[in-house]
Amino acid sequence: MVKRIIAKQEACMGCGLCEVYCTVQHSKSKDIVKAYNQETPRAISRVRLEMNKPVSFAIQCRHCEDAPCAQACLTGAMHRDEETGLVTHNKDKCMGCWTCVMVCPYGAIKIDKEGHIIAKCDQCNELDTPVCVANCPNGALQCKEVKP
Amino acid sequence: MPKYVIVGACAAGVGAVEAIREVDPVGDITVISEETCPTYSRPMISDYVSGKAALSKMKTRDDQFWQKNTVQALTGKKAVRLNTSERTIALDTGDQVSYEKLLIATGGKPFIPKMEGTDKDGVFTFTTYSDAERLAAKIDAIHAQKVVVIGAGLIGISVTEALVKRCIAVTLVELQEKILSLLLDPKASEIVENAVRNEGVNIVTGQSVQRIVGKPANEGVVGGVVLTKGEQIPCDLVIIAIGVVPRTDLVVGTEVKTNRGIVVDSSMRTNLPDVYAGGDVAEAYDFILNQNRLLPLWPLAVLEGKIAGYNMAGKKTDYAGGTNMSTLKYFGIPIVSIGLANPKEDPALEILVKHDAENNVYKKLVLKDNVVVGMTFLNDIERAGIFFHLMKNRINVKKFKQDLLADNFGLASLPESLRKKMNLSE
Repeated sequence: MVKRIIAKQEACMGCGLCEVYCTVQHSKSKDIVKAYNQETPRAISRVRLEMNKPVSFAIQCRHCEDAPCAQACLTGAMHRDEETGLVTHNKDKCMGCWTCVMVCPYGAIKIDKEGHIIAKCDQCNELDTPVCVANCPNGALQCKEVKP
Repeated sequence: MPKYVIVGACAAGVGAVEAIREVDPVGDITVISEETCPTYSRPMISDYVSGKAALSKMKTRDDQFWQKNTVQALTGKKAVRLNTSERTIALDTGDQVSYEKLLIATGGKPFIPKMEGTDKDGVFTFTTYSDAERLAAKIDAIHAQKVVVIGAGLIGISVTEALVKRCIAVTLVELQEKILSLLLDPKASEIVENAVRNEGVNIVTGQSVQRIVGKPANEGVVGGVVLTKGEQIPCDLVIIAIGVVPRTDLVVGTEVKTNRGIVVDSSMRTNLPDVYAGGDVAEAYDFILNQNRLLPLWPLAVLEGKIAGYNMAGKKTDYAGGTNMSTLKYFGIPIVSIGLANPKEDPALEILVKHDAENNVYKKLVLKDNVVVGMTFLNDIERAGIFFHLMKNRINVKKFKQDLLADNFGLASLPESLRKKMNLSE
């Protein structure tokens, strides 16, 4: 089974804490104060709060079955990890060509301009529950197990 | 057991191998490739010249790719003759390979214009890893200080940036009035041109190179170029980056139908039942122009190879098509350009433009009958893929047209019905 993060639009208040926790989780220190005040460049949130009031919901990589980003990747950096079933980005191979950005229908691939590479959701691989899901105050993000 | 033969081990060839193996784990696959190095990314060879990446970083698949997919890889060998009635391919080694299903994925070759001096020592083309390797070695060997790049398209811009990073003085010569004219409109082109000039590049537009001249002491070695209007520019090396043409040599004189490239249907099949073609050698479907054409682009080559592979292995699959679509990462300006980004004037087209000069952001959308048919985004490109989705699915944008170029335009700006279709939230 593979995890998918599902957004519940009705429950989303648009607070943006998902972005904050994602930034902290992907920072060097994993400390909120240091991540925001001391680390430059600041770590990139892999989740984006999409807002057009009253509509709001968070979006991150959908780990698409037929992932256009992985197919289009010029270097093989974007690929499906056979063990986890997740679309995974190898930052050592990424050459920042932005081809994946062009073909992602969700605009879910972030640009790390400083590093000249991309950044995307890894579902907080080392944790049981992704931080955006664990810290959503209104339960607007949930994890579901789906068939790969 | 089916016997698949693939000529070419670049993007389309690799895509085909993966697709065939998804459907048929045991059939015999033979790949014939002139190149001996592992599958690598051709669009990235400029990063080798700039010193940013070694070959290991450019490999698109791991070194065991052929073994893992049980492919017999005949590398360093050239397919020289195709016999469609016998279903055989003759190699330059004298060997013969027979096939049941054939994919021709021979790619493109650099176009070299007829002009004096292209045979001189120091003239390069720039499409393969060995081109990049030889160029980098030559720069070191002669301590090249001045280079003329002919052609300001994707390849020309990429190699120009690599040379600038090596502190080489570059003159970029472009026949059109603007650089990157196949991808950018005059305004976007001007923004990029300024960035390129700021890095010290001498850009000459509206002219081409008339001839390449030798050094006074040695006529056989590049010493400079003469432009159409007569001006002479001294240089140590010349790189010809005008474009690529399909490598159709293998099918010349056979029954396989060609136009500019090999003609294929939506299954990437040629006019012969067991012969397929994909990648830069084929004329595949453009969903914006609604016609088949040459589109020598890496991601499309992978997809075309994949579709061919599925069909060769018996899984009927239609190619949804691609279009002229490119991203650029050069000179610090991220660019996405898709479809009719720089169309000729046409009353049927509606053009939306936003230029934020302060942040150097430029966005342009081209609409036809309320469907996005072209786009160019400079600098602010993160959500460009949403627009590509609108284009590919020919979504009518009439209801939210006024929001398309708003700063906060995103998935939440799409109508509810579309958001539902995209499964964005529950």
